[in-house]
Amino acid sequence: MPIQAEENVENRSNAEHGVIISTRDVNVYYGDNHALHGVSLDINKHQVTSLIGPSGCGKSTYLRCLNRMNDTVDSCRVTGEILLDGVDIYGPSVDEVLLRARVGMVFQKPNPFPKSIYDNVAYGPRIHGLADNKDDLDEIVLTSLEKAGLIKEVQDRLHSSGTGLSGGQQQRLCIARALAVRPDIILMDEPCSALDPIATAKVEELIDELKENYTIIIVTHSMQQAARISQRTAFFHLGEIVETGDTEKLFTSPTDKRTQGYITGRFG
Amino acid sequence: MSSGHIVKSFDEELEEVRNTIVEMGGLAESQLEAAVRSLTERNTELALKTIEADKAVDELELSVDNMSIRLLALRNPVADDLRLVISALKIASLLERVADYAANISKRVIALNLAPSLAPISSIPRMGEMVRRMIDDTLKAYTNGDSDLAFDVWKRDQEVDQLYNSMFRELLTFMMEDPRSITSCTHLIFMAKNIERIGDHMTNIAEIIIYQVTGELPKDPRPKGDKTSVTMIENEKP
Repeated sequence: MPIQAEENVENRSNAEHGVIISTRDVNVYYGDNHALHGVSLDINKHQVTSLIGPSGCGKSTYLRCLNRMNDTVDSCRVTGEILLDGVDIYGPSVDEVLLRARVGMVFQKPNPFPKSIYDNVAYGPRIHGLADNKDDLDEIVLTSLEKAGLIKEVQDRLHSSGTGLSGGQQQRLCIARALAVRPDIILMDEPCSALDPIATAKVEELIDELKENYTIIIVTHSMQQAARISQRTAFFHLGEIVETGDTEKLFTSPTDKRTQGYITGRFG
Repeated sequence: MSSGHIVKSFDEELEEVRNTIVEMGGLAESQLEAAVRSLTERNTELALKTIEADKAVDELELSVDNMSIRLLALRNPVADDLRLVISALKIASLLERVADYAANISKRVIALNLAPSLAPISSIPRMGEMVRRMIDDTLKAYTNGDSDLAFDVWKRDQEVDQLYNSMFRELLTFMMEDPRSITSCTHLIFMAKNIERIGDHMTNIAEIIIYQVTGELPKDPRPKGDKTSVTMIENEKP
């Protein structure tokens, strides 16, 4: 889905694991508070990238820049360059509603609408006019629930309330809701922190499957989770990126002392 | 280690693993020293003691294994902590082998002492001292996280191999000249081989220390100098 009226085809990156999001010197200010200091990071296509770091390090702030969620905060100002397939997402011609369809988001606490399971998933496609008729919409809803690994558990009760599901099911419903608007990228902000280990494992397995077709960026406080599911990891500290690298390298031989201190639990 | 973990008991557990490795290394070193001394002194009693002492090293290896498994399961160590635990598992198993070699030397001393001294043993104490110093420096490198010293030990193994090569030839010649010495000389060749193997194990441990400290293995190919597997002496050649 293009995020601009006219798609700039030449800038599209098609290479597997090519860079889909490129950020350069990103600064974020909340009023006088300089929250993110010149962050530069490339996100590879069809990979899982983890953002780790202590509370207040700027990882969620960075994540929220990628689909302009920070626009909703009045005092927030973003500078620098954030390119999605070569297009500046803060550019004047960008429609942020289309952007957020292409760059979906899943939050820490599952937040289904107080509607039926079906309507939760159908909500986005209805708004964006993705279905021409009822059959189309059924198809999108069922496919999204299937991709989110939820279909077997809910196919008999599509019209009961989404809020009646268990926490883990609700989170997978939110993932299905994000998938229904056909995004390329899914941002996840601590998606498993409210889930038990079984529900967490199901979401992690889902993330692993989804990376075939989607690019996933996940903020997590669980270092083990970052190690388990991501191919690349970026360590944030005090609003800066300290180290970015292959997850395996970062968890066996990190380059920076601060990374080592944080992941081994020595941080003062 | 730079600074302590927030969870102090984690530090204590890692420290206990490190201390046990150093203790094992110290025992292995003194067992090699005692084994060689029992040869030069023709001291059967000391040889018996050295064989007995091997059990203590076996027990320490078991306790390093148990502590490491526990750390892996309960602490999920990463980065340098992970490298420390993995290295400890590997080093403990190598040190256990070193103590086995020392015990084997001692067994051969007992056998040698039953016969009159015929064969030349002079190279064995030299090799023994060279390798004992390798153990000593390996332990220093381990204790201080000194990858330079570990690299130095790693390179030193070649000297031991050269000494072993010349001793091998010397004993072969000796046996040809006096077939009555074949039994004793064969024991001496095996003793020398045991010491040479201990040197190899120090090379391995030095590599592991380099990995533990730097996160990378040495890039050069490992120096190799033991040529006895292809050695023939002149008048045996067709």
